[in-house]
Amino acid sequence: MAGNDREGGVAPVQVRGTVLTVRRVDAYVAMTVVAPAIATRFRPGQFIAIAVGGQQSGMLARRTFSVHDVRPDHGGTVEFVFLPREPGAQWLADCRARDVLDVVGPLGRPFPLPRDPASCLLLGVGAGAPPLFALAARLTERQSATDFLLGAESADRVFGALTARRTGRSAVIATADGSLGARGSVVDMLPTVLQQARTDVIFASAPVAVLRSVCAMAGRYGIPVQALVSEPAMTCGTGLCMGCVLPAVGNDGITRMVRACVDGPVFRGDLIRWDDVGTIPFDALGAPGWKPRPGAANGAADGAVTEGRSHAG
Amino acid sequence: MPADLRTRVGHLDLPSPILTASGCAGTGRELAQFTDVARLGAVITKSVTLEPRAGNPSPRMAETPSGLLSSVGLQGPGLDGFLQRDLPWLLSRGARAFVSVAGHTTREYGELSSRLSDSAGVTALEVNLGCPDAAAAGRPFALDAAAAGAVVASVRGSARYDIPVFAKLSPEVTDIVAVARACVAAGADGLSMINTLPGMAIDPVTFRPALAGLSGGLSGPAIRPIAVRAVWMVSEALPDVPIIGCGGVRTGRDALEFLLAGASMVAVGTVLFHDPSACSRIQRELEEELAARGVDRVSDVVGRAHKTDVYATERRSWM
Repeated sequence: MAGNDREGGVAPVQVRGTVLTVRRVDAYVAMTVVAPAIATRFRPGQFIAIAVGGQQSGMLARRTFSVHDVRPDHGGTVEFVFLPREPGAQWLADCRARDVLDVVGPLGRPFPLPRDPASCLLLGVGAGAPPLFALAARLTERQSATDFLLGAESADRVFGALTARRTGRSAVIATADGSLGARGSVVDMLPTVLQQARTDVIFASAPVAVLRSVCAMAGRYGIPVQALVSEPAMTCGTGLCMGCVLPAVGNDGITRMVRACVDGPVFRGDLIRWDDVGTIPFDALGAPGWKPRPGAANGAADGAVTEGRSHAG
Repeated sequence: MPADLRTRVGHLDLPSPILTASGCAGTGRELAQFTDVARLGAVITKSVTLEPRAGNPSPRMAETPSGLLSSVGLQGPGLDGFLQRDLPWLLSRGARAFVSVAGHTTREYGELSSRLSDSAGVTALEVNLGCPDAAAAGRPFALDAAAAGAVVASVRGSARYDIPVFAKLSPEVTDIVAVARACVAAGADGLSMINTLPGMAIDPVTFRPALAGLSGGLSGPAIRPIAVRAVWMVSEALPDVPIIGCGGVRTGRDALEFLLAGASMVAVGTVLFHDPSACSRIQRELEEELAARGVDRVSDVVGRAHKTDVYATERRSWM
């Protein structure tokens, strides 16, 4: 479990958090919950898992949300942002101030921060953008430059454009319908942005299809990517259910099915086999085409895909 | 005063009748962040296979009303990985390990059992009979009394004499009592029920089955009444065989229901995905439920629903 923070002692907690505010931000709902134990442990890129539907809920899967930001008020609050699309998220959107939620967090591997100041590109698409802003704040503290590249289908789905313009060294926005910024996708804009910003490292949070293109392009430029994945959807968020697996290459060259919730959600982009997400690659450890190598310590480290926190830049 | 949850089954002495169901507690490490695994009756491990397994493609999970469809496909590190990392970890935390074994042939089950018996720290074996039988065109062992019995005989014959063997039964049969009898006749020391029921969900957005494996196993509170009936029927037919009741246990009251139906132990499964601290909570709730009914020891309620005469005379004092 190298690189997994739980081994370092920062264990997640399960708390009853009181809703402080619920507000609409364009197409999104932004919710703030009082949860000091989570706020103090949180590092950018981590997420929380919330039980929805009340005590005897028929909805058994926890809903997981990247944390947008934490604040010290009320002892510590956690803010997250979501689209109220499916019934569980709708239930959450209908919560009001002073309602109490069952929240587990902070979960998962955070974004690794570069040791030395670097030129960082923060790339976010749609609902993937919120976790990038806490990261930007931490990068700025460490004298790194932050450039934003945000995209979505339409203007109301671009989260944080204003903040990006205000706090980033530069901010480029692309929408599919051209209602905000350039018409097109973030992938179209990426080469120009990379050259103008002289990017050292990309922090990306987007659908898998976009991450695949971003990682392929960054690979051609020799730029490392730290990718926050949001697919496959998580069921428990805590590593128990084995639902959110994707194929990742370990340091030993062996492909394993790793859990996005505990081995991620932030992965080194070059270690994920993006073309094979949603499948079991034939040569993955334990797949039909896999052959044990004589004498090799097969599967000796399940989480060996993730490296130490300081290897980003 | 809270009731005494200590549970004796055969020569096993467990601090509690509450266990984790197979495949729902990760390696134990994930759960230990939220629950003291040493205070549980035991941790029933994810099914262990001889070789590592990558499992099924994602999506593997789909939420259904009060339930969950899953098709993980027994992803796991294989026996070597389990013995090197997972079992020692459980022991180091003071947990008792009921090791679930899975294979495709009776020989695989036998080999697993014999190698697990050689390593210290296996408290009991649970035979996952839900795997496809290679010799019967992929039909799960649990659906056929003879096939289930053959697997249990292989496990019982290979396992050390003092390691109890529990056979995990499927509810997807015409007569679960017949399968239960076959397993007991083949040497099972106890039974575990129920495994998931096959089910399917179709995504109205993509117009495709919600799971990559098309269908999956349904678990969660949605299947609890089916599980309670299975426990009841088997307990009625085989009152002396210890049963691990399992299926949608969410509260101490649910656990009590299984105990009354005849289970001496109760495993918590899918609900752990919803509430990772569910086991501790259920133990506390069960203590309170028992105390509220004036019951001192949990063993006093096991199978009580079958004893109508005793219930009638004592009911007044309970209320």
